[in-house]
Amino acid sequence: MTDVPAPVSTLAPVKVDAATLVRQAKRSDARFEIIGLAVLTLSMAVLLLLIFDFMFDGLARINVDFLTNFPSRRPADAGILSAWVGTIMIMVTTALLAVPLGVAAGVYLEEYAAKNFFTNVIEINVTNLAGVPSIIYGLLALGLFLQTFGMGQWVLVAGMTLALLILPIIIVATREALRSIPLETREAAYGLGADKWQTVRMYLLPAARPGILTGAIVGMSRAIGETAPLITIGALTFIAFLPPSPIQPEFPFLNLDWLFSPFTAMPIQMFNWISRPQAGFHINAAATGLILLAMTLLMNGLAIWLRYRIRSRQ
Amino acid sequence: MRTEGGIEPPSGFLRVTPGNDMSTAEDSVALAPTATLQSVRPDPSFLRRRRIVAFIMQAVLFLAAALSVLVTVGIVYVLVSESAKFFAHVSIFDFLFDTEWTPVFENPRFGIITLVSGTVVSSLIALLVAIPLGTILSIYLSEYANSRLREIVKPCLELLAGIPTVAFGYFALLFLTPIFQIFIPGLSGFNLLVPGIVMGVMILPYIVSVSEDAMRAVPANLREGAYALGFTKLQTATRVIIPGAFSGVTAAYILGMSRAVGETMVVAIAAGQQARIAYNPLEGAATITAYIVQMSLGDLPHGSLAYLTIFAAGLTLFLMTFTFNIVAFWLRRKYREVY
Repeated sequence: MTDVPAPVSTLAPVKVDAATLVRQAKRSDARFEIIGLAVLTLSMAVLLLLIFDFMFDGLARINVDFLTNFPSRRPADAGILSAWVGTIMIMVTTALLAVPLGVAAGVYLEEYAAKNFFTNVIEINVTNLAGVPSIIYGLLALGLFLQTFGMGQWVLVAGMTLALLILPIIIVATREALRSIPLETREAAYGLGADKWQTVRMYLLPAARPGILTGAIVGMSRAIGETAPLITIGALTFIAFLPPSPIQPEFPFLNLDWLFSPFTAMPIQMFNWISRPQAGFHINAAATGLILLAMTLLMNGLAIWLRYRIRSRQ
Repeated sequence: MRTEGGIEPPSGFLRVTPGNDMSTAEDSVALAPTATLQSVRPDPSFLRRRRIVAFIMQAVLFLAAALSVLVTVGIVYVLVSESAKFFAHVSIFDFLFDTEWTPVFENPRFGIITLVSGTVVSSLIALLVAIPLGTILSIYLSEYANSRLREIVKPCLELLAGIPTVAFGYFALLFLTPIFQIFIPGLSGFNLLVPGIVMGVMILPYIVSVSEDAMRAVPANLREGAYALGFTKLQTATRVIIPGAFSGVTAAYILGMSRAVGETMVVAIAAGQQARIAYNPLEGAATITAYIVQMSLGDLPHGSLAYLTIFAAGLTLFLMTFTFNIVAFWLRRKYREVY
């Protein structure tokens, strides 16, 4: 902007100096820029503060014993063996259920669904499910899986509950990945004589794989830290045994009994330790939280990196 | 919908598809160099098989999509049927207007208003933190920040959003509350203020992402028009961008509110478990979510009145978040239609 000479007003004695106006405008812009940066710094500071707090409280507590001990009444002897084994088993179950279901639903909505009333209902429904509080999913599992279907407090039930919880995330990610594939890909496949399913299976799903993977990782990182729904279905906090091993030496070598085993998980263990009065347990909670934090940050970081790669390749 | 404007596979008979889907079109041409129309026609049994597979897969994919509707139906069914059993014992009037919540006492009383007040107070504190900060941050990111800074900040916000809520609960109870107690003498160990602030930080990334989306959807020519009239960036933001993105920004706030209302672990850990009318944020009070967690931790006999309360509380929570979500959905759809 250039300085404009002040207009010579004959009507009013007020002198409008353009240079002053411009200066004021620039100053107010600069002021907001500083405010914006300050807010940005503040929110990043909270993130760092939280990570440092967990490192400060819990890092020294993490050692081999902590990872290989069962929970105990004495804070110094307590460990998270049953918790991390439980978390891994629940995560495997969740992934095996949520990823195929979510991808299938996403493919249907993006590639197959005609624009009609029922499709509209499904779409609104998915959006709404994404906003349902996680504890409501816990109540669903309690009322439906446990009470109506008569299932127990199993790893399978926990996996099913968390799978329903992250389903919307995976559906949305699948749809976005499919939407970013150019229409020409479909036209080319049809031109070669492929039908719709062949196009989806041979061209669209391979092309959408990185995007789907990103969504799956984000969903899993959400599930791994979820506590409330596991509490309502009755995760135990004191488990001094491991679920049966999924691999056995005899035929058929795979054993699915672990799906029907009672469980605990890392966030549950952490919550339990926070609610105890002894400071020793708080340190244990911080150590568990630090591991949990590292896992979610790594998974989210991986998802961000994947997304960055997808974008830079396009 | 893609199928509407897009294309469908041809359904005519002139498909030059080879006999099985592993070979390519060239094979069949090579096999029949003097192909007549008849001889390039694919094997009818292959086509039949392919039609069957396509039909089955379409059905399977449809069922997966329909499952999401079943989840909602399941949620509503469970909450309503269990709450119906609850309301067979307790009148809705008492539920809504009683001012005490003592479900496991000798003379149980069920005034949901106590739990709702805890939820509302903590959520309002969260919004008081998240709305100003979120609005400033999204204006800054969409109007001021260059693309390189944005590339760094948005992933960081995602990391913040990905932190497990139980970790935020620990942070609120054992780190922030002792610090706040130095400055605010009357602050109890369990209170609504600190969890509220922490929830505000938690929903901040969410509000920023939704409202920044809306702001960036405002067409560039409106922005350029404002600049041409001599608006500063800030004036452009407050007088052109925000009014233009109004429904989207409002949707962001409402979705943030919905998140805060449904947030569980932070309040279950740091806000205490005493059900009372929460007029003082410096003291602890149970929220709906915290109450459900607290009751689930104990061993409730199934079918008992105390057990049914968690479903009645859950139904209240679901209705609150459902209303917010639907309003936000409608608002977001509106701003998509405008541009």
